[in-house]
Amino acid sequence: MSSADTFEPKVIAFVCNWCTYLGADLAGTSRLEYPHNLRIIRLPCTGRIDFNLIIKAFENGADSVLVSGCHPGDCHYTSGNFHARRRWILFRELLEALGIDSQRIHFSWISAAEGTKFQKFIKEIVEKTKALGPYNEMKEIVRQANT
Amino acid sequence: MPQQEKLQQKAKEILLEKKADVVIGYGKVETGNIGAVFITDPERTGELVWNNLCTTNLSVYLKRKEIKKLGKPCIIVKGCDAKALAVLEIENQIDRSAMTVIGVECFGVQDRCEPQYKCASCNVQLPPHCDFVIERDTKQSAPQGSRYEKLEMLDNMDSKERFEYWKQELSRCIKCYACRQNCPMCYCDVCVVDKNRPIRIDTSATLKGNFAWNILRAFHLAGRCVGCGACSAACPAGIDLDLLNLTLAKASEENFGYIAGVQRNVEPLVGTFSPDDKEEFIR
Repeated sequence: MSSADTFEPKVIAFVCNWCTYLGADLAGTSRLEYPHNLRIIRLPCTGRIDFNLIIKAFENGADSVLVSGCHPGDCHYTSGNFHARRRWILFRELLEALGIDSQRIHFSWISAAEGTKFQKFIKEIVEKTKALGPYNEMKEIVRQANT
Repeated sequence: MPQQEKLQQKAKEILLEKKADVVIGYGKVETGNIGAVFITDPERTGELVWNNLCTTNLSVYLKRKEIKKLGKPCIIVKGCDAKALAVLEIENQIDRSAMTVIGVECFGVQDRCEPQYKCASCNVQLPPHCDFVIERDTKQSAPQGSRYEKLEMLDNMDSKERFEYWKQELSRCIKCYACRQNCPMCYCDVCVVDKNRPIRIDTSATLKGNFAWNILRAFHLAGRCVGCGACSAACPAGIDLDLLNLTLAKASEENFGYIAGVQRNVEPLVGTFSPDDKEEFIR
């Protein structure tokens, strides 16, 4: 068996407390099974998701990052996700220019009622990350810093 | 009359009329180079210098506590620096009614004997948003270059090559934070890298820390950077930080039609939103 077959990616999900976290909860209570590679970090709102957190996740060994929150118009704080969306549009361009793999950063809107969407999307991300393999470029940088 | 003399005269007038307590301008500094001088005595306005070596963006001094102590400022700006004032005003960092702005018509400045990159696409030879503008007697036509020309180099690379390029560049960063100190937009009292409870980013001068810092610095300027090039000029390692700023400036212009520093009566780009922002990358 090659290492590609046994590679279990680490996927960090930054989710909002009000929609995606409850969507994940619904997936759980509905017994919808999704890959165990996911580590969920709950934050109050997508507007709280600092871009540094995404960088930090990669520094700490993430192979993919998911950022997810309420659908536009559904934000618990009225406009947090709109603000976040504008930031991500710009942030993606910056990562693109730096050559950081944008295929490893996923964004989605998943509501509290979308347990199935959550399950499907996580499956998709994990499969995609498995195909991409470990994020060695970033891991190499971190290894250098720690030695 | 030469522009420099006109400038000195105006500065003297302003100090004598007590419209300002201190003139922040260019002059000879101890090293023999042209740098910032702070003139409070009307008789000393003859020390003010204006030529193509006046690269510094003086608006960076407005935020400094020791300069604020000198009283009401009168600042001398080039077109590019005037844009920085506009952004500072939008962000409520300066009170334009309590200061005087003298703009000087500028046909390009030099940095290490070479004309600065920004000057090739300058569209503010005559500074906007000023109280007074000191014009030149002889005129020059505006340069025709494109602001984003330099980005072609990055566009021609694929993602891997870009990462390699930045690894090479950022490995030279020594974390001196000169880019931050010289940036007129970095006005926080305590910068987030200097906060250590909790530690937000890695402060070591390793590639990991350098990536984290340069991403942070660039992204905190998203939709705010006016492209004065002070960061690149200040970098002792010669990293072209402007590339990252330009990337974000281009993204702001393409996605939101927003160019920082052009208008004085708009909301900051990041800090507002539109329900119609594009979202094809969000699932």
